[in-house]
Amino acid sequence: MSAAEYCVILFDSVSSTLLAEKFLKKAAILHKVIPVPRHISSDCGVCIRFSPDLRDRVEQALTGSVEFREICTL
Amino acid sequence: MNRTVYLDNAATSWPKPSSTIEAMVEFNRSIGANPGRSGHARSVDAGRTLIDAREAVAGLFGASNMLGVIFTKNVTEALNIVISGLLNDGGHAVTTSMEHNSVMRPLNAARARGADFSVAPCSRRGELDPRDIASIIMPDTRLIVMTHASNVTGTIMPVAEVASIARERGIPLCVDAAQTAGVIPIDVGAMDIGFLAFTGHKSLFGPQGTGGLVLGKGYERMIEPLMYGGTGSRSEFEVQPDFLPDKFESGTPNTIGIAGLGAGIAFIGQTGMDAIRTHEKKLTARLLDGLGSIEGVRIYGPCDPERQTAVVSLTLQGMSSSELALALDEDYGIMARSGLHCAPSAHRTIGTFPEGTLRLSPGYFTTREDIEHTVEAIAALAVRKKSGAKT
Repeated sequence: MSAAEYCVILFDSVSSTLLAEKFLKKAAILHKVIPVPRHISSDCGVCIRFSPDLRDRVEQALTGSVEFREICTL
Repeated sequence: MNRTVYLDNAATSWPKPSSTIEAMVEFNRSIGANPGRSGHARSVDAGRTLIDAREAVAGLFGASNMLGVIFTKNVTEALNIVISGLLNDGGHAVTTSMEHNSVMRPLNAARARGADFSVAPCSRRGELDPRDIASIIMPDTRLIVMTHASNVTGTIMPVAEVASIARERGIPLCVDAAQTAGVIPIDVGAMDIGFLAFTGHKSLFGPQGTGGLVLGKGYERMIEPLMYGGTGSRSEFEVQPDFLPDKFESGTPNTIGIAGLGAGIAFIGQTGMDAIRTHEKKLTARLLDGLGSIEGVRIYGPCDPERQTAVVSLTLQGMSSSELALALDEDYGIMARSGLHCAPSAHRTIGTFPEGTLRLSPGYFTTREDIEHTVEAIAALAVRKKSGAKT
């Protein structure tokens, strides 16, 4: 992961987030479930953080399997 | 008499696999947090407990979307969500005469609010002719709701045939799988079941307080929730989210129970549903055979292990079902359930209302010796009653 930059992917619900985690684990994509950063959403839930260079793989792993709201680069 | 025999598995299965109990202890000991309400490690682990159980339920019932698995406290709550949801402002439903009050009472409550329903009559063995469902469908029928197997006689209902009628007529089908989930295969995708209501504490080997609803694709849009509240999602909005499972899961769930339910379903996977069903069929066959030769005993239902779950309802001449249950419990340590089994309509159908029956319901952990002990006990009580009646 490059210094001070990472991506987070946001979902509608915690269930969707943890469902996505299952797909990322299956695809062996390095990630971490973290609380949603307050400055990008007022949601009290969780999101998934990953390195920006994995963005395509993450999208590929989830497309058609889990709906996500957005991917933010921070 | 130190021996005890538990024959009330149709109410709640007992004992549970040790893995069910261990999963619950482990949840409380090592996780214990609120699922999905906070971002910390143990909250996320609690959330994983739920999603793993959703995956197990979806896998068991052939559901393609695990987020369409809604957890409730039991099958009754799931049935209420569907019945109240579809009949909230009128309309008509179709059901069978073998239903439990978990279907009949919500239907009658809907009727009091202006909806209506029709009941397909079943035979004295509790069997349904699917054509009797087709013939009572009306232009405004919004729902067909029926049990997969009777809790009184064990009669397995022709759900696949009714599902094809429902599909042809474009009416949602809700199946009450309280007596069958975990012991008879159910594939919601292949059978086109829009709403599958199940309970965790019977043949899924979970604890009491667990159950749920498996929603077919798009079916969630037909109904409103029974309860509204916090979901841990979209917290900035004061209206209920419309996505699954949050739409129907407000408030902190029974995560510890669901941990046990997940382990219970895993136990079925390890043991094999076929092996469970085969064992229960053997026990049922022996019960039917042994009881059938006792003078004064009358058995209700199909009397065929292939066409019923492990439920045997009987009466003994000259003795009420409650007297019989008490004598079995006090004198022989045999625990069974007497009366109407919350299913007065089913008892009317088989001709045992209002007296009811004694229901013996073995489970996977019941042994052949337990069944022999039970048959001997009822034979002895029959002799005792007969000789007692002469004096």
